Amino acid sequence: MDLTFSEEQDELRKVVRSFLARHSDEANVRRLAADLQGHDPVVWRRMAGELGLQGLAVPEEYGGSGFGYVDLGIVFEEAGRALLGGPYFATVALAAEALLRCADEQARHDFLPGIASGGTVATLALTEEGGRWDEQGIGLTAAYDETGGWRLNGVKTYVPDGHLADLLLVAARTPSGTSLLAVETADAPGLARTPLPTLDQTRKQARVEFTDTPARLLGPEGTAWPALERTLATAAVLLAAEQVGGAAAALDAAVEYAKIREQYGRPIGSFQGIKHKCADMLMEIESARSAAYGGLWALDAGGDTEIAIAAALAQAFCSEAFTKVAADNIQVHGGIGFTWEHPAHLYFKRAKSSEVLLGTPSYHRELLATRLGI
Amino acid sequence: MELDFGPDVRDFRDEVRDWLADHLVGEFAEHRGVGGPTDGAAWEVRLAWDRELSAGGWLGVGWPREYGGRGLGLLEEIVFEYEYARVNAPYRATVNALDLLGPMLLRMGSEAQKKRFLPPILAVEELWGQGFSEPGAGSDLASVRTRAELDDGGTSRSSGAESGGEWVVNGQKVWTSFGVHADWLYVLTRTDPRSARHKGLSLLLVPTDQPGVEIRPIRNLAGQDEFAEVFLSDARTGADMVVGEVGQGWRTAMATLGIERGTTLLPQQLTFEREAEALIDLARERGALDDPMLRRRIVDAWISVRIMRTTNLRTIAELTAGRTPGAQATTAKLYASTRHQQLGRLATELAGPAGQIVGEGYALDRRQRSFLLSLAETIYGGSSEIQRNIIGEQVLGLPKEPRP
Repeated sequence: MDLTFSEEQDELRKVVRSFLARHSDEANVRRLAADLQGHDPVVWRRMAGELGLQGLAVPEEYGGSGFGYVDLGIVFEEAGRALLGGPYFATVALAAEALLRCADEQARHDFLPGIASGGTVATLALTEEGGRWDEQGIGLTAAYDETGGWRLNGVKTYVPDGHLADLLLVAARTPSGTSLLAVETADAPGLARTPLPTLDQTRKQARVEFTDTPARLLGPEGTAWPALERTLATAAVLLAAEQVGGAAAALDAAVEYAKIREQYGRPIGSFQGIKHKCADMLMEIESARSAAYGGLWALDAGGDTEIAIAAALAQAFCSEAFTKVAADNIQVHGGIGFTWEHPAHLYFKRAKSSEVLLGTPSYHRELLATRLGI
Repeated sequence: MELDFGPDVRDFRDEVRDWLADHLVGEFAEHRGVGGPTDGAAWEVRLAWDRELSAGGWLGVGWPREYGGRGLGLLEEIVFEYEYARVNAPYRATVNALDLLGPMLLRMGSEAQKKRFLPPILAVEELWGQGFSEPGAGSDLASVRTRAELDDGGTSRSSGAESGGEWVVNGQKVWTSFGVHADWLYVLTRTDPRSARHKGLSLLLVPTDQPGVEIRPIRNLAGQDEFAEVFLSDARTGADMVVGEVGQGWRTAMATLGIERGTTLLPQQLTFEREAEALIDLARERGALDDPMLRRRIVDAWISVRIMRTTNLRTIAELTAGRTPGAQATTAKLYASTRHQQLGRLATELAGPAGQIVGEGYALDRRQRSFLLSLAETIYGGSSEIQRNIIGEQVLGLPKEPRP
């Protein structure tokens, strides 16, 4: 059984945590949050160059280091703890995974090394105005033109870091069904990208318009949905790990404050009203950890059904756990927790945006029910 | 998800499986799933089943051979418990001795105590009851008032054991699970009358077969006589019947409670999984799956039991890897007990009016019994409020509540 972490994995966690403590401290988080672009290319390159974080779970044949999802989950947990801004989730959890799952060996060789080296920022453009994460939500069309290849027409929006991406992987309808196409954004004709001001300023989104934009079809036409579904399951688990990290940081802040803040002549953490709230927060986090880690273990060792179930469970549970813990952190801090200057709201907003990023908890509960045959 | 504990224990697992398949038959099979830490139903059958297990060498799998155990490792113990729970075998009637007193004696008992008490536990010859709680000391065990004084017969003031002296115990204990069946009690007593709180307590082993011990059954809210109140009036036990050192009873008792919180969870979790499956079947029968509100609660019940399983697996993996279990080992009881109660409430609701009718003599079906008994899970082994204090103070390091 491999349901605990190895010493190497403990070490990975330490290294990533210490890197992020330096490069994604509160000042940097706020700096990127205030910037509509929200990306620090220097940190991005160091993440790839010094730590190999973008290519951690990318197989070696495509320029990565070939670690597993449990290892990658550790990075996401730490990224969540540090509220890492920038396109890490979009590039690694969505785009790299979509490339790995699509039936296109050439595309993997063409695109994954760039992602692993930190040279390419990538994302998956799936959602449209309806905000749906299922196959029915895909309305944008791709058509084949004998002279110029595939062309995209339509709008994708709420695309994570879509304004930054060098590579857009676009889910589109073609005459045979759902297909995945790639657009390299540099000098792409008919492409208009607009960053969207977001409630959670630590995670950016963009609207992307395509007007006869040339695109490269990945894999056989009309067969992309199963690969996309698996991509979303993987992303759901990695997001769950990120949520666990965010929740853990929020609890740490609450506990630290409860130890020193005095009311009625003693630290508030000595009152059961606060102490029991903190205990419940930890219970929620440890349960969320089980949900997220269960998903990571399934990704490394489970079959398709197990992965689909574990992913829906992780996202349904961890979303709500993070939101609850982040809100409780504000409550423990009282008035000070309700101010712009205190970081508590950054975690709360990240929690709420993560709750809808890949579909709401209700949506994932329904996915879970369907997959369980309930 | 089938658990695979690796090639090292596969033969052992198969041995357990084969034995259970051969022996969990007849009357024993009819009583599958009976019992729980607070459930005294079908006592005689369960006791007979414990004797069957004993004859098969399955009690004390991890205990040393010299005391009648199998001398195997933690992993084998876990595999046995897992396989046991998987086939839904009856909850062991000897839980107090096997899962609580035994491990405590192995850890803290004297050599003579181990030799004297462990073999009869494994042979199901002596049954034990726990004498911790008192009418005035439930969660607050430090306020125990049952007193024990050493009567050394006036021969020596130094060592009762050597002089053949005896402890004289006076007080009252309550909520003693399976107390009416107990041949012996392990009792938390105050041996230093001037001491306060958790100082000056000692843990004594006291035989029940004497005039100074009176045990009266108390019915629980499910109508069962599973626990008892115990009156100790000049009850006597040997001076050598202290577990650990005199005055160190608090530590001993806390260690026992730690064991209790850990051991009950693995088998319980599989029972809860079965209940969740039954809940889904019931909802399907009743056409409740289309109701969005109920549907949400049903999915949440399933999520809860799956999370309990993964949490336990994390702890087991850490233990077997020789690591100190993480915080999840401390939060698991709070989570499992509260979520199990939610599951029971939902099942009772789904069962509708028919689920509100009981058999003659307040005979409860499995669902009703589990639902009512689940109310004890947030009380025994340290109430949820105590659990939150432990998590807050010992795991999160929050300041202690000022105590008068």
